[in-house]
Amino acid sequence: MNVMTILIQGTLLGGLYALFAIGLSLTFGIMRVVNIAHGDLITLAAFAALVVTDTLAISPFVALGVVVPLFFALGYLLQRGLLNRTLGDSILPPLLVTFGLSVIIQNVLLEVFGANIRRLPVGNLETASLQLPAGIAIGVFPLIVFAAALICLGALQYLLYRTRLGRAFRATSDDPETAELMGIDNRHLYALAMGIALAFTALAGVLFAIRTTFDPASGPIRLIFAFEAVIIGGLGSLWGTLLGGVVLGIAQSIGAAISLEWQILAGHIAFMIILVLKPDGLFPRTQD
Amino acid sequence: MSRLPEPTGSTGLPEQTHSAGSRTRSDQHESATSSDRGDQGDSPTLRPMSYRVARSTRSSRLFSAALGVLLITLISLPWWADNGPMRLIAEMAYFLALAQLWNLLAGYAGLVSVGQQAFVGLGGYTLFALTDWYGVHPLWALALAGLMAALVSVPVALAVFRLRGAYFAVGTWVVAEIFQLFVAQVPRLGGGSGYSLTPAIVRSIAADRGTRDQVLYWIALALAVAVTAAVYAVLRSRHGLALTAIRDSERASRSLGVDTWRTKLFIYVVTAGCTGVIGAFIFLLKLRISPASGFDVNDWTVVVIFMVVIGGIGTMEGPIVGMLLYFGLREWLADYGSWYLILLGAVAVVVMLRAQRGLWGWVESRFGLSLFPIRRQLVILPGTGQGESRE
Repeated sequence: MNVMTILIQGTLLGGLYALFAIGLSLTFGIMRVVNIAHGDLITLAAFAALVVTDTLAISPFVALGVVVPLFFALGYLLQRGLLNRTLGDSILPPLLVTFGLSVIIQNVLLEVFGANIRRLPVGNLETASLQLPAGIAIGVFPLIVFAAALICLGALQYLLYRTRLGRAFRATSDDPETAELMGIDNRHLYALAMGIALAFTALAGVLFAIRTTFDPASGPIRLIFAFEAVIIGGLGSLWGTLLGGVVLGIAQSIGAAISLEWQILAGHIAFMIILVLKPDGLFPRTQD
Repeated sequence: MSRLPEPTGSTGLPEQTHSAGSRTRSDQHESATSSDRGDQGDSPTLRPMSYRVARSTRSSRLFSAALGVLLITLISLPWWADNGPMRLIAEMAYFLALAQLWNLLAGYAGLVSVGQQAFVGLGGYTLFALTDWYGVHPLWALALAGLMAALVSVPVALAVFRLRGAYFAVGTWVVAEIFQLFVAQVPRLGGGSGYSLTPAIVRSIAADRGTRDQVLYWIALALAVAVTAAVYAVLRSRHGLALTAIRDSERASRSLGVDTWRTKLFIYVVTAGCTGVIGAFIFLLKLRISPASGFDVNDWTVVVIFMVVIGGIGTMEGPIVGMLLYFGLREWLADYGSWYLILLGAVAVVVMLRAQRGLWGWVESRFGLSLFPIRRQLVILPGTGQGESRE
């Protein structure tokens, strides 16, 4: 395979991983909590989109209009009703509660939908490609996903640095007690953050389900990809997340060029190398 | 293992201050079995106000006796029971061992790993490779598999220790994924499809099947007892004291001179080694290993975490209670597919929200029971001018 093709495909794949990572990065940045169920929520969004497209007979892109608000509400309620109770000095409760949620979501999906492999159909967009000079072809859909990642990161950047809500998020992230003294309701704010994170997660889940096949057990590896993108990019850094996703995507497409089994392994190895050489990631921002 | 010189006399240890329930009702004598560890400095000393630091409680001594009876019953099981219960108890035994190890790691050292299946699979594959390639006797291979897992865990620790908290959890999971994907690439280990022990190797444990089942059953019991005893010994040692300090406040313990990094590394490596031995044993029992079964996150980590969390994380009794509950639920819900996992997940979530120290934590605070006393407690001897002081 041509080197340019590997790089371009890897970069576009990185867009999807950056989308996976946005929700994880946002909740870590604001609440200092890692949601172990993140990957399973991506899968849940994929199944939700499947149900919506089947019952309403609409395109997956239109189904986003249902799934994304639904996941915003789910995120808000999940944080307000459950996860806020786990916040405190010990890392065990949030970690183990989201871990329990992960297992619950996975097995409920398995009971409801069975272990079959699914995919969201979008017609000939799946295979459409642009022909570039020098015989390079770029898939249209991966390009859409990458553009979506750029738009999401831009929107999040605007939200965090140009709005009142974003200022409140950053204040709470820096010092929750003082933010509360200034009249910020942390419980509401955390719930909003989780709602926004899950809205992005839903978008990522639907685009992922169009791009590749999925089944109830595909959550954990998505969590791992998201996590690797976050760590490679540097904790808490927005655009670092995109770069982390791209590095992971390129490593995977180099691996895939060697043999199909090496695709995921190459990504993990790239992650380990960066972890050992540059543990704060390429663009460190937040100190844990 | 050297011992931290602990203060004796009027400068009490902080943990001596919180005593409740049966701990204040402690007997005047320490039972030799559960608390006499042959420390130096055991000789009686004269003090103006006399007290004694005790670790055993009445409930713990009763429990030791009951445990002895239970063990004798279990050891004699092959002579009066058939294969069904033996197989189940062997499985319970190795799950108890895994649960104790994960509890030591997460509950005491704060290292919440979701990647212990890395060492289960590594131990299993090491046993298969050693016996098949080099003709090592399977029972020797058990020990060597543990050594292998401990050795491999050192570089792994150097990488994943750079991650903190929840990121450490996912990082260990990545390591297990790497192991699994890597093993699948090795044709001599059966690649992706798996690897079986040859009949000759199986026969080298014992010629006939009945004896073999008995030997493996006793090994399972021995592993569970040895791991529980080892975890208990670690917790009562200098490292255990350091661990308790780290659990309560890492920053404060570091300022008091506890080498937190080294203590955690020690626990991580010991746990990995023991997990490797158990992994090797599990697949010696199963006779077949594949990358998917050896490095299965659900079997070797998820279930174990649920046992510990529901039973009571950070207590030695918790893993036992959780293991018994898990097997009860599994037998009860055997016909309902993965619903028992959903139920276990829900129970674990509720426990984490409502009673973070699990079922045993509730029993301990309600009834003041402590079956594996780890805390030191001050017992003031009224009206006497001299007493015996112990660690």
